[in-house]
Amino acid sequence: MATRVSIGDETSFAVVGRAVQKNWIQRKWETISVWPVLPIMMISLLIVMALLADTPLYGGVTGFDPIRPVLGDRNFSPGSYQNERDTTRNIERAEKKGEPIPDTPRHWLGADQFGRDVLTRLMKGAQISLMILAIAAGVGMIFGTVYGLAAGYFGGWTDEILMRALDVYFSIPYILLALVAVIVFGQSVVIMMALLALLAWPPFVRNVRAEVLSLKERDYVSAARATGASDIWIMWKHIVPNVINTVIVIATLRVGQLILAEAILSFLGAGVPPPTPTWGAMVAEGRDYIGSAWWISFFPGVMIFLLVMSLNFIGDWFRDRFDPRLRNL
Amino acid sequence: MYKFLLRRLVFSIFTLIGATIIVFTLSRVVGDPRLLYAQEGGYGMTQEQYDHMGETLGLNHPLIVQYFLWVADVVQGDLGQSLLARNDVTDLIKQKAPNTLRLGLVSWVLATVIGIPLGVMSAVKRGSLWDYLGRTFALFGQALPVFWIGIMAILLFSVKLDWLPAGQRGEGFGQIKHFVLPSMTLALAAAASYLRLTRSAMLEILDSEYVKLARAKGVGTQMVIWKHAFKNALIPPLTLSALLLVGFITGTVVVETVFTWPGLGRLAVTSTTQNDFPVMTGVVLMFALMYVVINLLTDLTYALVDPRIRIG
Repeated sequence: MATRVSIGDETSFAVVGRAVQKNWIQRKWETISVWPVLPIMMISLLIVMALLADTPLYGGVTGFDPIRPVLGDRNFSPGSYQNERDTTRNIERAEKKGEPIPDTPRHWLGADQFGRDVLTRLMKGAQISLMILAIAAGVGMIFGTVYGLAAGYFGGWTDEILMRALDVYFSIPYILLALVAVIVFGQSVVIMMALLALLAWPPFVRNVRAEVLSLKERDYVSAARATGASDIWIMWKHIVPNVINTVIVIATLRVGQLILAEAILSFLGAGVPPPTPTWGAMVAEGRDYIGSAWWISFFPGVMIFLLVMSLNFIGDWFRDRFDPRLRNL
Repeated sequence: MYKFLLRRLVFSIFTLIGATIIVFTLSRVVGDPRLLYAQEGGYGMTQEQYDHMGETLGLNHPLIVQYFLWVADVVQGDLGQSLLARNDVTDLIKQKAPNTLRLGLVSWVLATVIGIPLGVMSAVKRGSLWDYLGRTFALFGQALPVFWIGIMAILLFSVKLDWLPAGQRGEGFGQIKHFVLPSMTLALAAAASYLRLTRSAMLEILDSEYVKLARAKGVGTQMVIWKHAFKNALIPPLTLSALLLVGFITGTVVVETVFTWPGLGRLAVTSTTQNDFPVMTGVVLMFALMYVVINLLTDLTYALVDPRIRIG
């Protein structure tokens, strides 16, 4: 006799009869298909890459510097070794210092037009992108949630004004607004974070507001109000805990779009200023060499794709687990 | 219905006013807007030019008066002069806008023609090989950056295979060739979101009671799919199509840069890299206007398609 209840929004059902014994592989596969294992592995790998990006140059992970140009290695193809002059110099340096002689470093993913190793730059780029994204998504999430809470909870004129302001926001094409902001304020990491936060918040507003509209009619909210609880207290203690699932789901799904936006802005030359490597900027730099050195543009694009796809999978999984109503997002 | 449209019209006007306020604020947020015209590392300007500019921009008036002076100019079609080319921004926009509109419309049609039928097929043949192919396509379309697709398309079709030109617009009949890569690149991501949305809408409706009833009555499969289900599943993709048309505006910025397409998007990007502020504001206002007009048109179509809105 076995009762099986499936997870998520699928209909639950009970199997009555003899339980089918599952072998080890089947059981493992079940765990894998329930948890988004591959995407989680992918993102962990990225985080490891980002953490390893600052290891020392000599005897480090890749043996290359992400920023310093090495003219001897210009447009080296994937898998090729460092040029001879630099190799001999490295060996001489090691001998002089009495250190063990390092292996000749290889450009596993090729080198760009300034002879910088693509893999090393990807790692450094992961570090910068993840930092910018985490902060931007966090700020956007908090701002959007508070905005949606205020609009939904207070209703009336507050709601009307806040929602019309959102309409105005949507009428200005984001990328162009970002370009204007970059003309006015100049390129920097802080501006980049601010711009991405500016992109992140609207979906939080819409969904949180819709939730709050129904939550505030609940009996426990009326009860809290009857006992004399203040608006802030009601929102914090009775409404926020109920919208937190929605917020988390939207946040994971939104981060993927933020990555694409960051890449686009960097591609258009409005991102973090060079020579700091970001994935979008790397794709842009390789554009002029597409005929002779495709790897400069190719690999950063693949990284963006893998990261966005992983985040989408994890987001979908969160949604199915925590908030299936958001299916149309 | 008139009430609904009137309401939307009023909102659109408010939206436009909001857009002008934002652009104006951005131009004044650095302090003296003349600084935008004489940036560090430039040639600078003489005292006379500086004073003259203060005069024309009305900088000796209070800020609110400055705003209205600026809006009055904008409404009359005077968006100032480009800092580099010294010609009117309005002329520049007039010259570039048709290229962008053409590219946007072609991609929009392509995306609709590819995305919606694929979505229907994916839903109808749920769980089949076609469904998996469709969903994989949607996955790639949503996670691949547009500019990267464009560059890889150039690598494959222009550099390696030498089938299609990589950019610029040709003349006469030959220009169809030039449309292929940019419009396909733009359409790909859009078709992917169409597919996803149409698929989920179709699945939901194919599961509904009235479709089951139709089937039970013995209505043919094709009839059920196209007449009963598809017509009702069309509303979410319709919403999306308006969003997409707007999205193409920003999408073109990227695609035009990749394919060196002489449209508004490229104008915007080059003016950013050259710090050409008047051109930039002109393009932003132009896009905001396009957005508002497209949204009004969408509301109109809604009212025509969905009786609930027409009556309510």
